[in-house]
Amino acid sequence: MTLPHFSTSDDPGPSFTGLLSKLDLDPSAALNEAIQSGHNLEITHGTTVVASKYKDGVVIAGDRRATSGNLISHRTMQKVFAADRWSGVAIAGAAGPAIEMVKMFQLQLEHYEKVEGHSLSLEGKANQLSMMVRNHLPAAMQGMVVVPLFAGFDRRRDRGRLFAYDVTGGRYEEEDYVASGSGSLHAKTVIKLGRAGDLDRDATVDLLIRSLFMAADDDSATGGPDSMRGIYPIVATIDGDGFKELEEDEIAGRFASIVSEYVDGDGTNPNITTGGGSV
Amino acid sequence: MNMPFYVAPEQMMKDRADYAQKGIARGRSLVAIECTDAIVLCAENPSRNLRKISEIYDRIAFAGVGRYNEYDQLRIAGIRHADTKGYTYSRDDVDSQALANQYAQMLGQIFTNEMKPLEVEILVVSAGFEPSGDRLFHIRYDGSVSDEEGFAVLGGDPDPIRERLSAADLSGLDIGATLKLAVSALAGPDRTLGAEEVEVAVLDRLDEGRCFRRLENDEITGLLG
Repeated sequence: MTLPHFSTSDDPGPSFTGLLSKLDLDPSAALNEAIQSGHNLEITHGTTVVASKYKDGVVIAGDRRATSGNLISHRTMQKVFAADRWSGVAIAGAAGPAIEMVKMFQLQLEHYEKVEGHSLSLEGKANQLSMMVRNHLPAAMQGMVVVPLFAGFDRRRDRGRLFAYDVTGGRYEEEDYVASGSGSLHAKTVIKLGRAGDLDRDATVDLLIRSLFMAADDDSATGGPDSMRGIYPIVATIDGDGFKELEEDEIAGRFASIVSEYVDGDGTNPNITTGGGSV
Repeated sequence: MNMPFYVAPEQMMKDRADYAQKGIARGRSLVAIECTDAIVLCAENPSRNLRKISEIYDRIAFAGVGRYNEYDQLRIAGIRHADTKGYTYSRDDVDSQALANQYAQMLGQIFTNEMKPLEVEILVVSAGFEPSGDRLFHIRYDGSVSDEEGFAVLGGDPDPIRERLSAADLSGLDIGATLKLAVSALAGPDRTLGAEEVEVAVLDRLDEGRCFRRLENDEITGLLG
């Protein structure tokens, strides 16, 4: 591997994706070419991710299940990632391209920071992600949809901020909370009903965990807490101190207390309905 | 017909070397010193914006002296090399030796083939998990590389600084003590350098992730005591 060197007019600047395409290493080129062939593949999908603001910043969380059609393909998939020290990204959609997108996003931010000597503004990061989602549109049209959430702490404005996206790369800043993925409808309802006033960190974490629990209850593609295998959603906070993932013990404890609300001492569960549906 | 004057190759190389050395000698010096929990890089640099020290990758840092625009181009090329290599293979496969070789190739090529040699001297540093794993590659304007042990000095007049550091006992120092030593070696016996006149960064010996950390003025003042 040699030292990349460009003439002034050809220089990709601080953009890592620009650099890759100059070096013919752009991964989306191969993907978009494959899509032209038009074969339908069974694609692994990831599901519910949620984020909500609280008084000091943002909490971001996601379940761990990935599915291919009706099969569970991974039980421990990671959907919540640190994008850099001050922001995080959560993904829902086709797992392969989504993870690649996150990797590229992380590298893009790091590359910019190193080349320029300072990091992008939070808005700049959100826009970068928007461009990546837009570039992925041809693949999305073939079913490989990737819809991320972006959350971060804006150090210039000293507050947490949330961004939602759509398939076309549309970027929407949300004031309170946001959810994406197949179980997002259920998760959003729980958050909407549970939000009251200025929540602190603990209350917000509990609310998001509850929303994922309820999404898993009603959406087959969302994984609930798995105490048998010790698999729990990933939850992270982003505040003035940066991105911090919660310890698994803390998440397990919070889940246990939520579950106990629904179960009586004798093992019956009077507070949760069996729901309808046919076989 | 116009006949170019014959210039002996030895003379041509010497002229180029003199030219490059003159350019480098105008700038101020820089040192890198290994210590127990980090590698400390310290440059005499009154500017807050035109930096001499920079992050390349997880465990690798870059430092340059001489002409700013030239070593800055090399710095960016190094970041690009490291980031694409880490992307193509893995973060663990990015190493300082390959990068130092690449720099040496490029500088050597420019020294012999281009109109004008680069007026720079650069240092590629990587932090090991233990001090024994540290590497300091000193690359000169003509592409010659040396593998330094314990500390490295770059700049126009490195010998007095090198003597001062050789005379000091470098074993078992922490970041603060190493920084004090670096600053006094750069300053010499006749003057003192304050926090505003030096640029300082360290490569911490973390288990993983980005080890590069720039020290801000108040932190430098605190460490210099």
